[in-house]
Amino acid sequence: MNDDVAVLGVGMHPWGKWGRPFVGYGVAAAKAALADAGVPWSDIDFVVGGETVRNGYAGYVAGSTMARALGWNGARVATCYAACASGSAAIEAARTRILAGLSDLALVVGADTTPKGFLAPNAGERWDDPDWLRFRLIGATNPTYFGLYARRRMDLYGAGPADFAMVKVKNARHGLHNPNARYRKEVAAEDVMASPVVADPLRLLDICATSDGSAAVVLASMDAARRLSSDPVRIRAVSTVTPRFPNTALDMPDIATDSAASVPAPAQGFRASIAAAAYEEAGLGPEDLSLAEVYDLSTALELDWCEDIGLCSPGEAEKLLHEGVTSLGGRVPVNPSGGLACFGEAVPAQAIAQVCEVTWQLRGAAGPRQVEGARVGLTINQGLFGHGSCVILAK
Amino acid sequence: MPAAVPVIEGWFTVDEPPALLGGRCPACGTYQFPPTGTWCPNPGCDSDQMATVPLSRTGRVWSYTDAQYQPPAPYVSPSDPYRPFAIAAVSLEKEQIVILGQVADGFGVGDLHVGAPVELVVEPLERDGEQTKLVWRWRPISGAGDHEGEAR
Repeated sequence: MNDDVAVLGVGMHPWGKWGRPFVGYGVAAAKAALADAGVPWSDIDFVVGGETVRNGYAGYVAGSTMARALGWNGARVATCYAACASGSAAIEAARTRILAGLSDLALVVGADTTPKGFLAPNAGERWDDPDWLRFRLIGATNPTYFGLYARRRMDLYGAGPADFAMVKVKNARHGLHNPNARYRKEVAAEDVMASPVVADPLRLLDICATSDGSAAVVLASMDAARRLSSDPVRIRAVSTVTPRFPNTALDMPDIATDSAASVPAPAQGFRASIAAAAYEEAGLGPEDLSLAEVYDLSTALELDWCEDIGLCSPGEAEKLLHEGVTSLGGRVPVNPSGGLACFGEAVPAQAIAQVCEVTWQLRGAAGPRQVEGARVGLTINQGLFGHGSCVILAK
Repeated sequence: MPAAVPVIEGWFTVDEPPALLGGRCPACGTYQFPPTGTWCPNPGCDSDQMATVPLSRTGRVWSYTDAQYQPPAPYVSPSDPYRPFAIAAVSLEKEQIVILGQVADGFGVGDLHVGAPVELVVEPLERDGEQTKLVWRWRPISGAGDHEGEAR
């Protein structure tokens, strides 16, 4: 039985801060992906949008918003929201419909227009909304959580600000020649360590910006793909797992963890379990990876992910970084696109953008940032409220 | 109208000494904070009751950070200009739960480390007209077992 789905086309609108409506970015990415696939919009039988919650009703129904903007073609439609994991949830909706034999050609689009500064809840009083309450009662922003995780690396493993800064230096170098990246310039470790503290120990340049941006993919059944492409990149696994009780690491936007008083914590934490489920589905392991795109909301968080996807044991990611293993030219480049450090965060597009990058890499079409001989790539991120997101792609 | 009230009902007491209020499942002993559920969060337990109980008043720092820039609304700054504050996630031994809170007035990240002992206090979060809104906070316990805990 073949459980693969082909990635026929990928596309993005360059990421930045233009303040234009998100629909335009989404249409640009969709048209780029359709052109890349060589598939006319009229042949798409399923369109899935990643929802944006900051752009009114059109954002809540992003799938149909994109379908309408491209010109109604009668395709079936869905919209997925899983916060930062929305894109992989959307990809999974398309993939499962294709694998069920109900669709041949699907378009997945995520696009966002993001205000400057901290991401914040929409206006209004909601005393039963945990995301609203963490701001109201504690003033806990997203960087608060990044700061908590970074500090644990320092106090438990002896990591320091210079280690975190090196992640930024590496990713800035990776993104230098990426035409879709928002930031394309070298950053020195001293620049990072001289930038103002936002959430101790993290500084402004340790934390990703919020961006306008979009990404799209055209997925196809292997039968449909064979008619259009000789050797398409394939999706081998998608993991959209939730945590197992009790989840004892404090996840955004929670004010408290689960209690492990009656049931011991699982051996594997939530983040590691996201990758483990994908590896199991693909029949592959960390030793098979040529590259990984991980969710570097902060520099320190990239180090956590390197461990969670099994590149090294807990506490060893700094060593991997300094040995150059995760740099372009190293054994497993991490974030060859430049990552969020160069793109910033555009929530519903994020996971799709990661899949675009891995696809370009596996095609050998990544230009100056190409990972030599790339065969297998992994994307991983996590959406708040317990959304896992991991995609494994192979040639 | 009382001069000082909790910013949110039912999450903590303001007696001396104050305590966070959690849910506790009478069947399996699982705790929950905030105490908003009326069923047990343990998927292996069928209980549809949670008793409200005071939680341990002391714990150890799981991690900590601060807010050097003013958080966006609905956060309300008690001072103008804005004054940064620290935040700690604290692990309670008996309940096996980690709970986030601001760090008590007058303490910053320099007073904390992973594993440091802290205790629960209640302090003003903001003034709303004539009324003070109270919130739970974590205060470092000076000198007590500073170098115990998971970090060492």
